[in-house]
Amino acid sequence: MPLNVSVALTGAGGAGVVTAGQILLEAAAVARLYGIMARSSGPQIRGGESAAFVRLGRHPVNNLGNAFDIHIAFDWLNVERFAAEIPLDTHSVVVYDPSAGNVPEVIHHSGARLIEVPLKDITKEVPGGRVNMVGLGALATLLDLPEGTMAATLEKVLGRKGAEALAASKAAVAAGRAAAKEIGAVRHFPTAGSDDGGDRWSITGNAAAGMGAVRGGVRFVAAYPITPATEVLEWLAPNLEKLGGTLAQAEDELASINMAIGGSFGGVPSLTATSGPGLALMMESIGLAVASEVPVVIVDVQRGGPSTGIPTKSEQSDLNIAVYGLHGDAPHIVTAANSVSDCLFTTQWTVHLAEKLQTAAIVLSDQSLGQTRAIVDRPADAGFTAARKLYDGTEAYRRYALTESGVSPMAVPGQAGGEYVADGLEHKPLGTPSSQTEDHQAQLDKRARKLVLHEFGDHWAEIEGEGEVAVVTWGSSTGPSREAIAMAAADGMKVRLVSLRLLAPVQTRPFAEALDGVSKVLVVEQSHSRQFYHYLRAHFDLPDTVRVFNQPGPLPIRPNQVYFNLREWR
Amino acid sequence: MDGAEAPILNAKDFKSDYKPVWCPGCGDYSVLSSITKALAELGVRREDTAIISGIGCSSRIPAYTSVYGFHGVHGRSLALATGLKLARPELTVLATGGDGDGFSIGGNHFMHACRRNVDITYIVMDNQVYGMTKGQASPTTHPDWEGSKLTPHGTGINPFQPLAVALAAGANFIARGFSGDPNGVAKLIVEAVQHPGFSFVQILSPCVTFRPEQRDWKSMHRQAAVEATSDPSRAGKRLMSDDGMNMGVLYVGQRPVPASPERPRATLQDIERSFVI
Repeated sequence: MPLNVSVALTGAGGAGVVTAGQILLEAAAVARLYGIMARSSGPQIRGGESAAFVRLGRHPVNNLGNAFDIHIAFDWLNVERFAAEIPLDTHSVVVYDPSAGNVPEVIHHSGARLIEVPLKDITKEVPGGRVNMVGLGALATLLDLPEGTMAATLEKVLGRKGAEALAASKAAVAAGRAAAKEIGAVRHFPTAGSDDGGDRWSITGNAAAGMGAVRGGVRFVAAYPITPATEVLEWLAPNLEKLGGTLAQAEDELASINMAIGGSFGGVPSLTATSGPGLALMMESIGLAVASEVPVVIVDVQRGGPSTGIPTKSEQSDLNIAVYGLHGDAPHIVTAANSVSDCLFTTQWTVHLAEKLQTAAIVLSDQSLGQTRAIVDRPADAGFTAARKLYDGTEAYRRYALTESGVSPMAVPGQAGGEYVADGLEHKPLGTPSSQTEDHQAQLDKRARKLVLHEFGDHWAEIEGEGEVAVVTWGSSTGPSREAIAMAAADGMKVRLVSLRLLAPVQTRPFAEALDGVSKVLVVEQSHSRQFYHYLRAHFDLPDTVRVFNQPGPLPIRPNQVYFNLREWR
Repeated sequence: MDGAEAPILNAKDFKSDYKPVWCPGCGDYSVLSSITKALAELGVRREDTAIISGIGCSSRIPAYTSVYGFHGVHGRSLALATGLKLARPELTVLATGGDGDGFSIGGNHFMHACRRNVDITYIVMDNQVYGMTKGQASPTTHPDWEGSKLTPHGTGINPFQPLAVALAAGANFIARGFSGDPNGVAKLIVEAVQHPGFSFVQILSPCVTFRPEQRDWKSMHRQAAVEATSDPSRAGKRLMSDDGMNMGVLYVGQRPVPASPERPRATLQDIERSFVI
């Protein structure tokens, strides 16, 4: 029995490939499997071509795998645009409608097995039927998907559309199923593994970041829409309202970051979400949060850059700006989510850190995490919440008092005796402006000290396995790296995984400990200029043998790309 | 305070003992006095009041008061103030700054703060010059002013009309004052704070260092000959045709103010349920 199966669905905008993909993902959930669905579309706002990529498995799925098992093409509209995103090999099966015209060269070249199913003609025979449902039925046969599972899924997903629509969809699926009968199963639907019966969630990385924010205690959010971060904000808008919080739509990112800082100055844990171009606009004010010691969290859902770049596709190329983009010496926090589900934990933890250390904190997510939907185990609540050290009113108040920990109690408007002026100008402990050497030195030391002295615990990185070889990676490259390590293990290779969740402040000693006994490091990242590799070189001691596997977006890193690099060291 | 009677504060209770950086004769001294007078008159508590500013001579004001304050980055005072007020609606929030901070680098926030109509009061000390950077033309500088090395032939650009822009953008209260009349300005600020929604008060505040000719404002300013109107088209006509020297409340709008956050009606567990398969 296979552990995983992957399906790519492509077609014109009206074909409903995304709906079919969602139902397939839902079917996996009904069967107590895990899975992810990513989507891709052309530059059109509506219509045009689109694609859904689904991968299902017995164990949590964290990347799209190497080659697709099945590609179902409802038509060939601009399929060349997607070809690079749909790796096929000789084991792949391509299902297509003969009425859609000649099979494109790029598909022929893959060596995949080609199967004709007259999807459109079959659809015509089903009153009220839609071609995506016929395709879904064909997929059910090819995947040997149990009929009961599919029926239960359709009831669940389409039940609320009314009996008639449900019946039409069921009939269309049945017709598709029957049409593919002669071909039979080309893959086997995975079976569920051992199961503790716990709640499973269907969630996108962007919604997970929103949930992490509110679990952490965020109750004020300022928002300016930007692809691919908008869904973080759209998820937060209604849910914050239910929780008694507020979301304000700002006029631009300069406003949204400052609104968030204003809300937090008022004592309410605050956040904004954006992508690279917005983050670039926010930089000056993030420095203000650092200097004035006002906690604020910025979720950056990275996309292809620089400039407008590739708004709808993923890249890990905001690392430099997130870590180094502030002017002056401005110690702050940078964290990175390493899976769809981890967007929740990492955001929640980051809210806690920003509040605890009274500084700005950037969470790096990316399009491939944010806009991918995943079936996951319910992310446990790690209990990290906003816990700001507040002024207790006993002593005469000095906002920027030079404490041992570097963290000074914060007064909040409404509190008598705590009145102070938060300032981006360098200041004295009282908060009054100062350009004197000793004040600058003392406040720089204080702001650095509070981050250096904090114990970040085990969450700074995911460290798995042992061995003299280590893959060092971060963010969404973690999923394919983990799978590559499993592939290498099947060859008898022992490889360690070190995936950094905390990028700033740098964790020098824990990193050295994580690499103890490692003689070879493979760095894996999705950036053209090897940003992560240079970051590692700047801050850590690395063994003599270091390889780098880097590729820019938009193509996701595939497990076998990492695996081939590891195999060189076998 | 636990329900105890709040002490009655006078204007000097709202001043800090930190000495302003301003030049002798700067109009901003009077505006500072007007603000503290107005706060005393309003009967607010220091701890429930916040003054938010950006960068520039007049943006130094928060440090010279005894209320909560935020001296942020250049041009963003209204965004900070809006965030604070939305998160903490019960506070009295003022934003202060100059013409460069408010109408040039912060121009977009000015328009949208007017539009958004959050209940804050924005006080702009307008001296038609960038003083802190030593005398460059600002958005309200007249086109033929040749006093700056940066624009030796004048800007050649018509000045920004802050009151007309505020009206067009939706500000709910528009007034103009002159720093040489501190009691009059204090009265305007009291009315501005009391009026719901976004209130904009332009205060002509001479820069005696870079624009010494502004000393003449003393004889040029006059009380507007007409009462405040709540009719935007009438107000618009007046604002577009006045010479910038008419003082007083010029427009009082009736726009609704954005709602405050509601009481929580869900728990985190309720929210989570939407994810459960």
